[in-house]
Amino acid sequence: MTDANSSLSHLDLETPEKPFLDANELVINMGPQHPATHGVLRVILRLDGEKVLGLECVIGYLHRGVEKIGEHRTYTMFNPYVDRMDYVAAVSNGLGYCETVEKLLNVEAPPRAQHVRVVLTELNRIASHQLWLGTHALDIGAITPLFYTFRDREEILKIYEKYCGARLTTHAFRIGGLQYETYAGFEKDVKNFLNFFRPKIDEYEELLTTNRIWLERTKNIGRISAPDCIALGVTGPVLRASGVKWDLRKAQPYANYKNFDFDIPTGQNGDTYDRYLVRMAEMRQSVRIIEQAIDALPEGPIIAKVPKVMKPAAGEVYHSIEAPKGELGYFIVSDGSTQPYRVRVRPPSFVNLQALEVMCRGQLVADVIAVIGTLDIVLGEVDR
Amino acid sequence: MPDDPKSPSSPPPEGEPKPTADKPAAPSSVTATASGSVQADVKTPPEKDKALPATAPVPPKPAAAAPVTPPATKPAAAPAKPAAPTPTPWDSPMVAKLKAGYGSGIEPLTYAGQNYMIVDRSLIPEILQVLRNEDQFDYCVDITAVHYPQREKQFDVIWVLYSYARNERIRVKTQIVDGESLPSSVPIWATANWLEREVYDMFGIKFDGHPDLKRILLPEGWKGHPLRKDYGILQQDNEWVQINLGIESGQ
Repeated sequence: MTDANSSLSHLDLETPEKPFLDANELVINMGPQHPATHGVLRVILRLDGEKVLGLECVIGYLHRGVEKIGEHRTYTMFNPYVDRMDYVAAVSNGLGYCETVEKLLNVEAPPRAQHVRVVLTELNRIASHQLWLGTHALDIGAITPLFYTFRDREEILKIYEKYCGARLTTHAFRIGGLQYETYAGFEKDVKNFLNFFRPKIDEYEELLTTNRIWLERTKNIGRISAPDCIALGVTGPVLRASGVKWDLRKAQPYANYKNFDFDIPTGQNGDTYDRYLVRMAEMRQSVRIIEQAIDALPEGPIIAKVPKVMKPAAGEVYHSIEAPKGELGYFIVSDGSTQPYRVRVRPPSFVNLQALEVMCRGQLVADVIAVIGTLDIVLGEVDR
Repeated sequence: MPDDPKSPSSPPPEGEPKPTADKPAAPSSVTATASGSVQADVKTPPEKDKALPATAPVPPKPAAAAPVTPPATKPAAAPAKPAAPTPTPWDSPMVAKLKAGYGSGIEPLTYAGQNYMIVDRSLIPEILQVLRNEDQFDYCVDITAVHYPQREKQFDVIWVLYSYARNERIRVKTQIVDGESLPSSVPIWATANWLEREVYDMFGIKFDGHPDLKRILLPEGWKGHPLRKDYGILQQDNEWVQINLGIESGQ
């Protein structure tokens, strides 16, 4: 079954396939309103019995015109909007946006701000992966992990709430650094969380890693090869699970990731199980990074000298970061005025979702659910 | 259709009045001196003591008020104008090779440490193919466009490319007139499929040879292309809304 996925030549929907059952081809709709589609995603499936011959994604149900809004807001005003794209990883979105505008302004956030940014962003990566794990397992039929991950994610949200008052759409960063100094006890809270969380990863793994049902549902499901990933522009854990050791935090370090010691976990088979293992390992690496960052938290100012009215010199900049879901890029064109002339967001979920077709072809309908889960998409970001 | 005041043609003039206000790092430190007197005293403890007994200057008292004042004083601060950063030529073996092959059709530049090349429209299919095949740009990060309605060639189309082998990111940019189409790069990078569909959806730029060029984020049958500058921010396709949603548009 998996050989159907091995080459992109199969992207062509008209490839004749051997009938699986002697039945007519059946076209059905999955979604848009279905909890397993993680939002409002409509998938048109072409089926032969239970086997998927091909599929087409219909997206745009959550389109809010974020890029258009950006052209009509000042640089500062647009900052909170980016939180609403990938709303489970709002901090990462903010980091990417702030750093891009900083590049345009030619300023750099002070070291303390950079450290706090790394701490909050990595906490966010953990929170995003926790939400992914809970919902992904739930889709496949394991209810317990959802309770575990949401219970533990709460601790991260509490830190956010104490830091900036918001839990999800945090608007934690400002162009040039941070608005808020960390609260008294921030370091202790973070360290407590790390100590609390480390054994929890083992707990999740205990539930799933060697669970026979989990293995049956994820091993060799939704395979995608490294060349296909690259051709399809897939990034993030999906790419790494296919064996490509590439992470923007290492390849083109931003913030101050070059100061921290961490590994890039990779898989070999590029199947749903490997993607699960990669994300679990990434959570452990995030813990490592936060630990180093919080221990070495420097003193100093938290925001660089940025003008109140930001008017970056005319020019254009593309900058991207490793968001929990993959490469999140911003392309901003400035015309020298207070508002961006054009803001383009390169969302990882949007590009990764394109691989669904390749990953699902030849699989069974029930596996489509598993593959949507393993892609870890957020429709708010797909549709923007 | 209450169009937003920021019309497409305004940018350059708008930028003019206070071009010196604040440019990148260097000047911002300079501007700080202009307002510095205010800001500095608020923060230093001695000034606080002064402010308290002196009863007087109301504005400096609340720390929060201080930052608000600078904008007012800004126009006065006309520090040595830092040369606005401009794109500088970009030179590398790869560029030299392309230059040798295609001559003046390519203008390689660097801005803010990022390399890009402005390529003549006629060379686009070839250049993209060469970059993919010979220069190992195997990952097409993004395809997007920018609309400049006041220009004769209204659209910039931009390909952001990355090479895993070289760990290098570049941008290829070309200009086209309204209505002109571009060759699809789906045969080169499969990921271009949805990216080109989005450009088509938002700007109305067509890609020849695309396997399935149709709208992606907006519903089929929608009129207009929202990221064009002449499409207002509050504008929508009222007809579509009425027919498909059966409601009177709220606008």
